This record gives sequence, C-alpha cells and structure tokens, in this order.
Amino acid sequence: MRERSDIRRRLLLTTGAFGALLAIVCVLAPLVGSTHISLARAFSQSVPFADNVDAQIFFIARLPRVVGAALVGAGLAAAGVVFQALLRNPLAAPETLGVSIGASVGAVIAITFLPSFSIGGISAVPVASFTGSLGALAIVYGLSAARSRGMSSTVLLLGGVVLTSFLGAILTLIQYLSDFTQTFRTVRWLMGSLDVGSYPPIVAALVPLACAAIGYATLPRALDLMSLGPEAAAARGVDVVRAERVALVSASLSTGAAVSLAGPIGFIGIVVPHLVRLMVGADHRLVLPASALFGAAFLIGCDLIARTAFAPLELPVGIVTAMIGGPFFLWLLFRRAR
Amino acid sequence: MLAVSDVAFAYGEHVILHGVSFAVPRGHIVGLLGPNGSGKTTLLRIIAGTLAPQRGRVEIDGVSVTAMSRREIARRISVVPQETHSTFDFTVEDIVLMGRYPHLSAFELEGPDDRAIAYEALQVTGTRALAARTFATLSGGEKQRVVIAGALAQASDALLLDEPTASLDLGAQLDIAALLARLHRDRGTTMVVCTHDLNFAASLCAELVLIRQGRILAQGATADVLTPANVAALYDVRADVAFHAGAKHLTVVPIARA
Repeated sequence: MRERSDIRRRLLLTTGAFGALLAIVCVLAPLVGSTHISLARAFSQSVPFADNVDAQIFFIARLPRVVGAALVGAGLAAAGVVFQALLRNPLAAPETLGVSIGASVGAVIAITFLPSFSIGGISAVPVASFTGSLGALAIVYGLSAARSRGMSSTVLLLGGVVLTSFLGAILTLIQYLSDFTQTFRTVRWLMGSLDVGSYPPIVAALVPLACAAIGYATLPRALDLMSLGPEAAAARGVDVVRAERVALVSASLSTGAAVSLAGPIGFIGIVVPHLVRLMVGADHRLVLPASALFGAAFLIGCDLIARTAFAPLELPVGIVTAMIGGPFFLWLLFRRAR
Repeated sequence: MLAVSDVAFAYGEHVILHGVSFAVPRGHIVGLLGPNGSGKTTLLRIIAGTLAPQRGRVEIDGVSVTAMSRREIARRISVVPQETHSTFDFTVEDIVLMGRYPHLSAFELEGPDDRAIAYEALQVTGTRALAARTFATLSGGEKQRVVIAGALAQASDALLLDEPTASLDLGAQLDIAALLARLHRDRGTTMVVCTHDLNFAASLCAELVLIRQGRILAQGATADVLTPANVAALYDVRADVAFHAGAKHLTVVPIARA
C-alpha cells in the first residue's frame, strides 16, 4: 500500500493550489462588468494612473468589491470550520447557531440609531456587529454550558434556532420603529450585499479579521482532537477550555467583521468547508487554511454571478449564495439521514 | 509509579469518592471493578487529570497530576475510552498521528520520527493494513484497536482504559484482551482497566481494586480478591468463581441476584 505523503508537502500543495485559485479569481473578477477593460492596460506602467481609465475602473471601481468579497468569504468559511469542529456537527455554521443574526442585530442598531457616529472614518457598525455576534454566541454557549456533561450539540443547534427567531423579531421591531427610508436601507442591508465602493470599510474589517486569523492559526490540531470529543482531546493533551475560548472569540470576530462589511450572507460557512473536506480530507491543518482561501474565491464567484446574471441589475449576493447553499444544505441533511 | 492517595470527590452534596487509595507499580495491570455509579469513571478522570479531586492526590513518579500541564500529563498517561466517534472523515492514519499531539509544539508539524512511531503503533495493534481507511467505516473492534494504537503513539508511561470491550462482540472482546496482554508482556505497558466484565478482568489483570459507593471494598491479587463473597458484596449477585483449565484464569458465572 502506498503511504500518504508527508503533512508538510500536503500543506504546501493545498495552500498553493487554493492560493493560486484565489489569486486568479482576484485578478479576473474585476475585468468583468458593464464596461469592458483590458488587464494589460489596467496594469500598464506607460500610462499615468490619472489618465488610465482601465486602471481606475480596475482598482477604484471594482477591486474594493472583490477584496471585500474575499475577506467576507474567508471569514465566514473559517468560522464555519471552527463551529463544526467545536460542536462536532457538520451542519453548524454562523447562521445555524444564530451568530450571524446576532451580528446583524448589532449592525442594524448601529445603522438605525448611530448613523453618523464614526471614529477616524470607522463607523460604529463593525464594533456593534462584533458585539452582537459575541453576545449571540455567549447566549447559545451558556445554554449548553453544563461542562460536566459535555457540550451537547443538539442543545446548541436548537438554541440557535430559537435565538434566530427571537433576534429576527427584534430586527422586525427595529424596522417597525424606524422611518421609511431607514427601513429600506436596513432591508437592503439584510439581503447581504457586497456593495463595497471604497477601501476604508475594508481596512476597518481587516483589524478584527487579522486578530481572528491569529487565533485560528493556533487551533487546527486542537480542532482535530476536539472533533473526537472534549474528553478525548483533553486526554491527548489539549487544553480544551482555552482552545474553546480562542475558537469562539476568533469565530465571533470573523463573523462580526464579515457581517459588518456585507450584511448576513448565508451558507458560505456550510458549503465551503464541506466541499473543501471532500477535496483535502478531514485534517484541520489543511481544512482551515484551504476553507479560508476557497471561501474567498467562492464568494468572489458568487458575487460575479450576482453582478452579471441580470445585468445591468445587480442582485444582492446573499440571494446567490442562498440559491446555491439552500439545496446543498438539504442534500447534506438527506445524505446524513440515510 | 502511579499512586492514588486518599482521593475524594463530590458533585455538590452528592459524594462520589470517599478517599480512595491504591498504587499501580510500573509494568502492572490493575483492574478497577464496581457497579454502575460506584465512582469508577470519576476516579479514572481524576487519574487522567481531566477532573481535579477535592481532597487527596494522584502522583506519577512522585509528581502530582494537578501540578502538570495537560501536555505533560498526556506524555505520561493516555486514555482509551469505551467508544470513539469521529464526526469527520478522518483516516486511521490521521487518528493515530493525533496521538503525537503532546509531543509537538504549537505550530510544529509531525516529522518522520512521529510517523515512524505512529506506524509502529499501527503494526503492533495489527491495524497497519487499515491505515488509509476512513475511521468511521471500521467495525467496533477495529476502531478500538486503532484508538489503542493512537494511545501507544502518545508514548506515555501508562494506559487508562475505560470499559474498552463494553460495546464489542465476543470475538472482538477476545482480540482486545489478547492485544492488551501482548502489550503488557512485550512492552511492559502499565495499565489501569475499568470494566464490568469480570472474566475479561480475570484474564488480564494480576491485581484488582473493588469499589462500591465511592469506597474501596477490597484490593489485592486477583486470585485473593475475586471470590464469591466479594462478588456478592460488590454487585449483590450470587456467583460461582472457579479456575478454568482451558482459559487458564479464574472465571465467574453469575447465578442469581443475592
């Protein structure tokens, strides 16, 4: 029997392949749009930037949206991986646990009640959505906190369902209390859209995402072991309580940052990790980075569909991910039930 | 080398262990017997350091378990639970390599040495041919041998087994018993085995510790401790205990509720 290649080699191959895919998508996606532009001209050094219309369209009009999609996709996919390992359930994700909608409530409160608040160009929205996601997670986690009996994933998922309807009602209440234009903005925002037109919101989202990335970097092996159960992980030497804390804070940070940038975009956290596992196996040292890279490329692709399917009309990307993710989720459920 | 002294534990008002003491010398196999709710599993968790005792201490080679980090404990003690479920499609090789966790630093990937240790563990447990299989698709007995291989890859001094044969069929039970006996004979592995299967315990363990309601009822050499009187006191069951010439160990035949 042929032995499988060494983990270093597999890690290099995996991140290399998914990284290359993301790089290609990042360069090609801004070329697509209502105005045709050429890649050669956009990157041409002979024409000054001020006169280079192709470069302006590429870097100013379209690239922020692509970079935004990459960050949101990476953040949500990585959070999905972590939740699934922690809860030992491949159907766990920011939206099934109510973490996404928690972030949404935070963001909508900021949009509605603090529309003009900002520090150094960063609005209250990312802070509020992170607080919301952490709050929602704390509630769900608290429900299942009976540590001696282990974290029951059924309780957590049920808690997520209840939390989602409860927070949904709060969202409805806020909209009911706001005036017509505010409600319109909120509804549009809740559809999940990557209408990122400049770089400052991206920079603002980068801070929590970078913190989350540091947390994620310490986790993969602990996640492997914790997916066999907390007791088994502890017996192999994992500091389970600390790893859980790092995992939950990192996942909340990246969910909050993603939601603040683009609204609640569904299904990325379920679809992407699952497809990645089919390609690279279960080892989280491969699954976690590959999911972040593939999640970024996947959402850029979805956004491309959203921008072009009904051009010149731009669909909210949340509709596209739901159209792909909904049936995929059901297929997963049926496959597991067999 | 493993010393449990005066360990007490309670969940709130509910006392589970009332001060339990026993020692497991290096290279010995000690069986922990007791009815459900006797405190065996709690005791095993305290020995593994996943639960802290409220009184007393567990020492490995003179060092208290509570003073060690999780990694340090895992380098000395490994645990084989009754059953292991894998949510994701880990291969057998993945599962066994995870045993190397306490020997690697935070960002370190396992190297050729770690792979050699893991493959030796697969060899010893007779699971080498399963290396590329998905763990979740194995039979109960195969899974248990793979989990034991993972525990061996952990290269600890002692193995704690929590009812390792409870969910296995008769053939697989005998396979696991034979494997553990072989590990003891060839490698001198120290083991603490929690079990409800008295015949399994009699075949494997030279010494037994009998626990009832959080107190030690009897302890000592299996031949001295495994008596009809002790079985009756432990389980409220009338039983016949006799040496079986074919099996070459004591066998217990339960007769009726006492």
